[in-house]
Amino acid sequence: MEKTLDTFEIGDIGVVKRVGGEGNIKRRLFDMGITPSAEVLMRKRAPLGDPIEITIRGYELTLRKTEAACVTMEVKG
Amino acid sequence: MKRFALAGNPNCGKTTLFNGLTGSTAHVGNWPGVTVDKRDGVYKKTPEPVAIVDLPGIYSLSPYTPEEIIARNYILDEKPDCVINIVDATNLERNLYLTTQILEIDVPMVIALNMMDEVEKAGDKIDAELLSSRLGVPVVKISALKENGLKDLMETAYAASLQVRVGKTVLEASSLAHLIGDVRIALKGQGVKDPLFHAVKLVENDSIETAMHKETVPMIDEFKATFEDDVFGDDFEALVADARYKYISEYFAPALSKKKREKFAMSRSDKADKVLTHKVWGIPIFLAILFAIFHLTFSEDFLYLGAIFKLPTLEDLGLLTEEGDPINYGVRLLACIYDGAIMSPGVIINNLWNNMIVGELFGWLGGLVEGSSMAPWAIGLINNGIFDGIASVLSFLPPILVLFLFFSILEDSGYMARIAFILDRMFRRFGLSGRAFMPMIMGFGCSVPAMINTRTLADDKERTATVRVIPFFSCGAKLPILTAVAGAIVAYFGIGNADAITFGMYVLGIVTAIVAVLLMRSTTLKGETPPFIMELPAYHAPQFKNLMAHLWDKTKHFVKKAFTIILASTIVIWFLTHFSFNWHFLEDEAINESILAGVAQLVQPLFTPLGFGSQLGQYGWVFVVAAVAGLIAKENVIATFATLASCLVAMANLNIGGLDIAAEEGIDAVQAMILATGISVPALIAFIAFNMTTIPCFAAVGTAKAELGDKKRFSGTLIFWITASYVVAAMVYTIGSWWWTTFIWAAVAAAATCYIIFRNKRAAKIKAV
Repeated sequence: MEKTLDTFEIGDIGVVKRVGGEGNIKRRLFDMGITPSAEVLMRKRAPLGDPIEITIRGYELTLRKTEAACVTMEVKG
Repeated sequence: MKRFALAGNPNCGKTTLFNGLTGSTAHVGNWPGVTVDKRDGVYKKTPEPVAIVDLPGIYSLSPYTPEEIIARNYILDEKPDCVINIVDATNLERNLYLTTQILEIDVPMVIALNMMDEVEKAGDKIDAELLSSRLGVPVVKISALKENGLKDLMETAYAASLQVRVGKTVLEASSLAHLIGDVRIALKGQGVKDPLFHAVKLVENDSIETAMHKETVPMIDEFKATFEDDVFGDDFEALVADARYKYISEYFAPALSKKKREKFAMSRSDKADKVLTHKVWGIPIFLAILFAIFHLTFSEDFLYLGAIFKLPTLEDLGLLTEEGDPINYGVRLLACIYDGAIMSPGVIINNLWNNMIVGELFGWLGGLVEGSSMAPWAIGLINNGIFDGIASVLSFLPPILVLFLFFSILEDSGYMARIAFILDRMFRRFGLSGRAFMPMIMGFGCSVPAMINTRTLADDKERTATVRVIPFFSCGAKLPILTAVAGAIVAYFGIGNADAITFGMYVLGIVTAIVAVLLMRSTTLKGETPPFIMELPAYHAPQFKNLMAHLWDKTKHFVKKAFTIILASTIVIWFLTHFSFNWHFLEDEAINESILAGVAQLVQPLFTPLGFGSQLGQYGWVFVVAAVAGLIAKENVIATFATLASCLVAMANLNIGGLDIAAEEGIDAVQAMILATGISVPALIAFIAFNMTTIPCFAAVGTAKAELGDKKRFSGTLIFWITASYVVAAMVYTIGSWWWTTFIWAAVAAAATCYIIFRNKRAAKIKAV
């Protein structure tokens, strides 16, 4: 099943399919390792609901929901 | 001398390695045009001494952040003799991403595989030889923290620097290889240096490169037209990034053999985060940490022991003379630590520094000058102008350093990133990111370290907006103005509550800051809310050596400023207050004949809308002079009150009853000035508001200038401060005096808001078309 990263529930694991978004946001996502076939674990939401924290390539990354919405994921069971 | 550059991701241990290599030889300077630190030092154990340059921590050589552009330009243009790329071995994949980009530049390169101790502790192994043969550059295992392998690293780097290395790309294994190869040959034909690096960037559509090689772009587009990719289409930036990571996971990642364990295992850091960024407890814990920092730095009643146990004061113990001075040296020392309450560490350090060291030193120097046979004006200049000026600036050092120490601990431990994570949501509303919080809150302590801390903000406009509003977070030195004036209002007019007035002024400052940020972000500093895609580094115990290096840097920075711009400014103000227009030297008491007083009388009408202008009559200029004196240091406002009040009393033959003008805290001095000028309550409050929001002290202005870099931005900032304080004070005065003016202000604000929204909408429309 495909969905964007911002709609992930805590504990969900998925694989990056596509990355969209405007120039610098997309580039930044790539540079931080969010590229197709990378595995992502949704770790938590900030106390105020946004941003979110994910684990990718063995480290913790935080990004806003608006930015996470640029990342299309394939959910793993 | 050979130059080696240190490049690597943020948090890969670059600073630790730098300090380990250079020891005490490091010095800090600003990069030309950009306000990111470039640090360099010297390593002496190689056959010839080597200069080590510490580049900013970066994730990529993309053209989007100032740090990345600096690092990239340094390596390309300044061509160091060797690049030491530090790779965090605990986070191999992402760190090697930058490595694959540096590899493309024709420069000797060595990889320092850092944090090997942690990798081994986790039971993992890294095959450095395999990595080295696949990357084609030497790989040295080190632990910067334990200073293991540094000698080996430097010897390898030195050997590498004697050879020539031609750039190499991992994209050779990808479908782009042909395209890049063609562009590289074309660039090489034009005699471009580092043709491979530029070729890759041009294929990526990198904005800096396409501007640099305009003529070549059509040719590249032609090449590209023949290229087709089924996943990415013609998104070459995505293609390149993807190819790099694919190559890394395929060829480099196998060098790491992990002890069998779960893929997304909980680390110690994750467990700490379970509490520290908890959904419910995250914010209260953060507030508690913040409170603790301020308590430890500024509280004169440590842990409230004095209030809880009703400890006796030094006076109760009979340790003070009748004048309130300590009876002997031992008691003076004790007074730095205890007076009815145990003081917090920050206050103790402050007292020891100011009362025992700076006070003593300048007291002694002042005595020497006083006893000499110099002309009175020279004595005055040296003692009151130069010495007092330096002493007042140096007196800021302890709170700045203590506050900085705490914030460095938060930064080094990794908690600062979590604060940004927790608060980002709130700050986005104002067009800022969560990272802007820390510098703002530091402003309550002192604007100087707060402004320096804005360096953690990536976005330039966000940074400028933050620097500008920091003074509105009323600092420690403004508190005496608040207590004196509020105290006098309560004592003289018998209305209100001093604490409520003080608290209200703090709130006013915060509200002004919020409004100002909103206003700037929608007018002069317009821009997208900067993206917030940030690593949450694993928690580390902060390194004592690193913290001390940080503090030493700050101290040098600050002292240098104290002896240059700030000293010059205090001397100028001294001249203006101690000389009359016909060039006569004036005693302190005759300040009303000074040039400054003359100018103040001239500009006095300007302050009429603020309540302390022409309506105060003959002696009204004193408030103007006090505000100007506050530009040196806000403590001066109250000191000037005392001086001016005694002049006024003498000149106007006031009957001040039992008031003691020289009394500490200045409440009585302010009362005398109320008596002399007949100033009203709203005007007094407007006076506080003006001082709180106007141009801060010289130390803060100097820091703002250094941090903003750009001259135009800096002059804009000065105008912003003047305008903000004038508007805020005028609003306070008019609304306080005539309640119905509220409607006028509301109407003006509404009109301004509508105008800005309308203008922005139209601008957006034009842009869309």
